[in-house]
Amino acid sequence: MKKQLPEKFINYKHVWVFVELERGEVHPVSWELLGEGRKLADKLGVQLAGVVMGPPAATTRAAVEGSYRYGADTVYLMEDPLLTDYRNEPFTKAMTDLVNTYQPEILLLGATTLGRDLAGSVATTLATGLTADCTELAIDDEGSLAATRPTFGGSLLCTIHTLNFRPQMATIRPRVMAMPEAKDGEVSGGLIEVPLNMKEDDVITKILDFIADNTTNKAQLAYADVVVAGGMGLGKPENFKLVKDLAEVLGAEYGGSRPLVQKGWIDSDRQIGQTGKTIRPKLYIAAGISGAIQHRVGVEGADLILAINTDPNAPIMDFAHLAIIGDAMTILPALTEAFRKRLSVNRMAG
Amino acid sequence: MHIVVCIKQVPDSAQIRVHPVTNTIMRQGVPTIINPYDLFSLEEALRLRDAFGGKVTVLTMGPPMAEDSLRKALGIGADDAVLLTDRFFAGSDTLATSFALATAIQKIMETEPVDMVFAGKQTIDGDTAQVGPGICCRLGMQQLTYVQKVESVDPAKREIVVHRRSEGGVQVLKTSLPCMITMLEGTNQIRYGTMDDMFRAARADVRVWSAAAAGIEDMTRCGLRGSPTVVKKVFAPKARAQKARPVDGEGAEALAAAAIEAIFASQPKLESDLLKQSAGY
Ligand SMILES: Cc1cc2nc3c(=O)[nH]c(=O)nc-3n(C[C@H](O)[C@H](O)[C@H](O)COP(=O)(O)OP(=O)(O)OC[C@H]3O[C@@H](n4cnc5c(N)ncnc54)[C@H](O)[C@@H]3O)c2cc1C
Ligand SMILES: Cc1cc2nc3c(=O)[nH]c(=O)nc-3n(C[C@H](O)[C@H](O)[C@H](O)COP(=O)(O)OP(=O)(O)OC[C@H]3O[C@@H](n4cnc5c(N)ncnc54)[C@H](O)[C@@H]3O)c2cc1C
Repeated sequence: MKKQLPEKFINYKHVWVFVELERGEVHPVSWELLGEGRKLADKLGVQLAGVVMGPPAATTRAAVEGSYRYGADTVYLMEDPLLTDYRNEPFTKAMTDLVNTYQPEILLLGATTLGRDLAGSVATTLATGLTADCTELAIDDEGSLAATRPTFGGSLLCTIHTLNFRPQMATIRPRVMAMPEAKDGEVSGGLIEVPLNMKEDDVITKILDFIADNTTNKAQLAYADVVVAGGMGLGKPENFKLVKDLAEVLGAEYGGSRPLVQKGWIDSDRQIGQTGKTIRPKLYIAAGISGAIQHRVGVEGADLILAINTDPNAPIMDFAHLAIIGDAMTILPALTEAFRKRLSVNRMAG
Repeated sequence: MHIVVCIKQVPDSAQIRVHPVTNTIMRQGVPTIINPYDLFSLEEALRLRDAFGGKVTVLTMGPPMAEDSLRKALGIGADDAVLLTDRFFAGSDTLATSFALATAIQKIMETEPVDMVFAGKQTIDGDTAQVGPGICCRLGMQQLTYVQKVESVDPAKREIVVHRRSEGGVQVLKTSLPCMITMLEGTNQIRYGTMDDMFRAARADVRVWSAAAAGIEDMTRCGLRGSPTVVKKVFAPKARAQKARPVDGEGAEALAAAAIEAIFASQPKLESDLLKQSAGY
C-alpha cells in the first residue's frame, strides 16, 4: 500500500508527546518519550511538543517546565479541575480537541494503564491508526512513522505504519526508550494554553476514592538500577531466598520469570518480560532462567546481563554479556558473600 | 440485566512455533482457545447475571471455526451467542474490529437493550488492549478498564461502583449504565459449566451474522480497507553478535570472584553506585 495522504491531513505537522500527570507526579515514561520524540522531530525537521493536562496547580506547571527540560519546544496546556484525577471522558475530550485544533502528525503516549485507556478512545474518536506497545520508532524514507512492536508473545517483531491517516499514534512501554539528559538551569519554550470547556455535570463517572498502593513492599522493578531474578532452574520455592539474599546485599530489586508467578513463588508485579515488567538496570543477574524470547524482550535494555545457568547452550547465552556456568544453588550464595565482602571492605576504605 | 461479553478465539500461544527458515508463524495444527483474559470478564458477567437475573450473550468476530469458542462459552454458562463472520472482515486492525463489534452490539440492542459490555483486558496474540476502549467509545458508554472488583450494582438506579487499577493505586469509580468493563487477570476463577450447560451448548443455535446481517452498510470501514494501520514487515529479533562470555574458575567461590571482577571491569561506575545503594549492609 502506498502513502496517499488525503487533503485534510496535509497540514498535520509536529511531534506530540502526552505528558502523563497523575496526582501531581509525571510518569517517567513521558520524559523517555520526549527523548525519543526529539529524535523523530529532528529527523522530520519539525517541532516537539509536550501535552500537559492537569488541575490548576504548581505540580501542573512543574510538568510544563519538565517538558522543556526534557526537550519539548512547545507545551500545549489544559488546566482544569476536571483534569485532577484521570477519567476517560474529560481526558479524551481534552486530547481530541487539541489534536483537531492543532493537528500533529505524530502522537505518542506511554503504554501505562492510563495511556492505554486513553489512547484507545482517542484513536477511535479521531478514526486513526494506533500501534500498541512499541519497542522501536523510526521515520522512513517517505516521512512516515515506522513503529515496531513484538507480536505473538514476542516471538516475532512487526513494523506498522499508519499511511493515510493522521495523527500517527503509538503507545510505548515504560523503560523501552532511554531516559534523556535533562537540561540544567533556566528552561523555556512556547506555551499554548487551551480551555477544556467542560463542566463536572457533563462527566458521568465520579471518583469516590483512591486507595494508594502500600509502596513499602512494592516492587519498583522498572526503574531499579540492579535487578536479580530467578527462574525454574531454582528447582523449588525455598531456593528463591538465595535470589532475595543477593538482591539485599546489592540493594537491588528482585524478580522472576513467568512460571514463578504462575506457581505462586513470587507476586505478579515481580514478573519480568513481555507480559510483565520491562527493566533497564545497569546490572541484571538472571539465575536459572533459560531466556525465552518473552523474557528476553523485557530485559534487553539492561547495560550488563549476567546469566547463571548449568546449560552453556541455554538461549539466554545469546543475549547475556557474562555467564557463570554452574549450579545457581551454590553460585548465588557465593556471589552474595563475595559482594558483601567487597562492598563492606570498600565502604570502610571509602 | 443483559450483558454482552466479547471473546476472541486465539491460537494457544504456548504452542506457537516460528518457522526456522522463513520466520513465519506456523499456525497449522496449533490448537485454538478462548483468549485467557476474556475468561475473567466472562466469569464476572456470569456472576452478575446469577445475582441480578437476565442473560449473557457472547459475541465474537472471526472465521467460521470461531464458533467453537462460542460453544465453549455456552458450555461454561453463557445464554446466547453471536458469530460475526464475513470475508469483508479479513485483515481488520483494532479500529475496524471495534467498528464491526460495536455495530453488531447495536444490532443486538435493537431487540434487547444491553446494560453492560465486557471485553478482555487484552489478547495474547494481537495484545493491543485497544478493542475494548474502541467498542466503548463507539457506543458512547462509560469506560471502565483494568477493573479488579465490581463492588456493587444498583439496577434500579442504573449505577455501578468498581475498583479500577491505576498507576500507584486503585480508583473507586461510580458510573451509570450502560458501561464497558475489562477485568484484570486473576480477579476471579472461571467456573466449570454444569452438565445442563454442556448439553445446551452442543444443541444451541449460534446466530451467525454476515457484515450485512449485523447492520453494516459501509464495507469500506471493515477489514483491510477499514484499517488505518498497515503491517509493513514481520521479522525475527536479531541475535547479538557476541555470545555471553563465561567466566573462568574452579568452584563456586572462584567463579563468583571472577564474575565480580568482570562486572566491575565492564561497569566501572557501578561499584560506587552500589556502595551508595546498599549502605546499611
Ligand atoms: C504469551 C506468553 C507470554 C509470556 N510472557 C513471559 C514473561 O513476561 N516473562 C517470562 O519470563 N516468561 C514469559 N513467558 C514464558 C516463557 O515462554 C518461558 O516459558 C519462561 O520464561 C521460562 O521460564 P524459566 O526460564 O524460568 O524456565 P525454563 O525455561 O524451564 O528454564 C530453566 C533454566 O534453568 C536452568 N537450570 C536448571 N537447573 C539449574 C541450576 N541448578 N542452576 C542454574 N540453572 C539451572 C536450565 O538450564 C534452564 O535454562 C511467556 C509465554 C507466553 C506464551
Ligand atoms: C502481528 C500483529 C500486530 C498487530 N498490531 C496492531 C496494532 O498495533 N494496532 C492495531 O490497531 N491493530 C494491530 N493488529 C491487528 C489486531 O490484532 C486485530 O485487529 C485484532 O483483531 C484485535 O486486536 P487485539 O487482538 O489486539 O485485541 P485487544 O484489543 O487486545 O482485545 C481486547 C479485547 O477485545 C475483544 N476482542 C478483540 N478482538 C475481538 C474479536 N475479533 N471478536 C470479539 N472480541 C474481540 C476481546 O474481549 C479482547 O480480550 C495487529 C495484528 C497482528 C497480527
